[in-house]
Amino acid sequence: MQADIAKTNSPERPLNTGSGRVVLETRGLTKHYGGVRALSDANFVLHEGEHVAIVGDNGAGKSTFVRQITGVEVPTSGEILFDGKPVKFESPVDARQTGIEAVFQNLALADDLDVPSNIFLGREEKILPWLGPFAFVNEKKMRERSIAALETTGVKIPNLSSSLRHMSGGQRQCVAISRAASFASKLILMDEPTAALGVQETTQVENIIRRLKQKRIPLILVSHNLRQVFNLVDKIWVFRRGEIAGMLEADKTTGNEVVSMITGVADSGVHENASYI
Amino acid sequence: MSSNTEISSSPQTTAGLSTDKRSQPARKSVSRPQEMNVLIGLVAIALIFEILGWIVQGESFLFNTQRLSIMILQVSVVGIIAVGVTQVIITGGIDLSSGSLVGATAMIAMSFAQASTYARAVYPSLTDLPVIVPIAIGLGCGILAGVVNGALIAYTKIPPFIATLGMMVFARGVAKWYTRGQPVSFPTDSYAAIGDGMNPVLIFLAVAIVFHVALRYTVYGKHTYAIGSNEQGARMSGINVERHLVLVYAIAGMLAALAAVVISSRNLTAQASFGNMYELDAIAMAVIGGVSLSGGRGSVPGTVLGALIFGVILSGFTFLRLDAYYQEMIKGVIIVAAVVADIYRQRSRAKMIDKE
Repeated sequence: MQADIAKTNSPERPLNTGSGRVVLETRGLTKHYGGVRALSDANFVLHEGEHVAIVGDNGAGKSTFVRQITGVEVPTSGEILFDGKPVKFESPVDARQTGIEAVFQNLALADDLDVPSNIFLGREEKILPWLGPFAFVNEKKMRERSIAALETTGVKIPNLSSSLRHMSGGQRQCVAISRAASFASKLILMDEPTAALGVQETTQVENIIRRLKQKRIPLILVSHNLRQVFNLVDKIWVFRRGEIAGMLEADKTTGNEVVSMITGVADSGVHENASYI
Repeated sequence: MSSNTEISSSPQTTAGLSTDKRSQPARKSVSRPQEMNVLIGLVAIALIFEILGWIVQGESFLFNTQRLSIMILQVSVVGIIAVGVTQVIITGGIDLSSGSLVGATAMIAMSFAQASTYARAVYPSLTDLPVIVPIAIGLGCGILAGVVNGALIAYTKIPPFIATLGMMVFARGVAKWYTRGQPVSFPTDSYAAIGDGMNPVLIFLAVAIVFHVALRYTVYGKHTYAIGSNEQGARMSGINVERHLVLVYAIAGMLAALAAVVISSRNLTAQASFGNMYELDAIAMAVIGGVSLSGGRGSVPGTVLGALIFGVILSGFTFLRLDAYYQEMIKGVIIVAAVVADIYRQRSRAKMIDKE
């Protein structure tokens, strides 16, 4: 099994499991923090309309990988190809301009602003833009577009002009996801989007993800919840100790196999009692 | 910011997005806008003095135009500074340098505003200049000091407290060094007119309106609140946090200089000791007005109300012929009480969220 994985993951041999155009590819993506190798030689491929999950133990390099792709950090070495062209993101803004949106664990929301201001934070609709920073914000337009954005994701927020501080964790998460979903034209990344949510709120977020699948927007989902992963995605990329251990197709694999790859214990059948399968 | 937003749940605009009552219980206890609490506080304090006035002095406290105009004049100069400090505190920072900047920029501006009839001008060849010159130089120095504050905080990541403390000591040094401690006096008539009569009040209100609009309705305002709420998040959302902080501190420096122009014009002189402790009064006005020291919350109207509370208390004590020493003690108590109230508000809010 291990040999198979090594083969499918080699950059010389493009993956034939995918359908259609390659949206995102990384070649030998590596990130060192001082002497710590958080991510080494990651070769990753994402096809058009594909939803994939990234799984792995704590410290396996999942979040590091996401941070390189979204421009939060600059990789030590390796290449990121987007739509077949090499890209170098210096900041999250660069990634966003390319059409990549991310929902981070810390949400990147301003709790003291209302919903439209948060959805449009950093790219406000302006009146008199020549006033520079003192350009007026077109609240009406932002509000209308926010309602539309929330409707397409099916999110229900009772009062848009209330500040996020007055909302529950689930509502805030939905605002963050709606923001990403309404601006993402090419790719959405979600880093543990349901980690802090209750059962109902998790269902709501999962429904948003299913809608994105219908709209054929590619998605990378970082998750610890294997049941969720099997429910939502086409492919599962397993990270272990800063490396990509392999890729499995969700409908051709089992929880046991995924756990084996996460832990590096190849023996199948030993994880039957693992509670997160 | 969320001045009247929390109570206005307009049913039309959220139609189709209405809450599913079973899954998300609608919260009844929507909090009152902070400014309303401050206004209630202002009215209550004024009424207390009104009642005390009739009991102790046998006359009305409020219905006395002269007293009211003195009251608002008293707080206008510091109020101008407080509008700048409000914006700094909303970003999660603090500005301790404003009082000393008043001293330094008052000296500098005044030295370019002197009339030729005065024999001992600082720059004998630069007298009777058009009034725009001292104003521009004064505001320019204030902006420069603010840019230094902002750049230190944004790019070296030293705490705002330390950066502006350094500027506070430095600017006071500049104020004293500039003329070796000598006051600078005898401005031109046009310079003297700036702070004449009720002009300081008008300038204060104009500044307040301009920056209320900027904070509430412009990109500048949204980003100022966003940085105070979640600096990292603001950065990830594509806001140039460093540049924005420099801008906010530059505005605070400019407003301190504007206060210096007004006060030196009004007094027809500038002294190195001008603006002593103004920074703390300005911070107090903002905090009393509901600006949270942890950033992200507060508004200019709140600060204006905070300034009025300050004014009412000061003139109330004068009216009751209480010793000036008591005034300072009470001021100290009010500042601490305002901060305690802010912490209490945040705690009860955190509890509310936890209950979800």
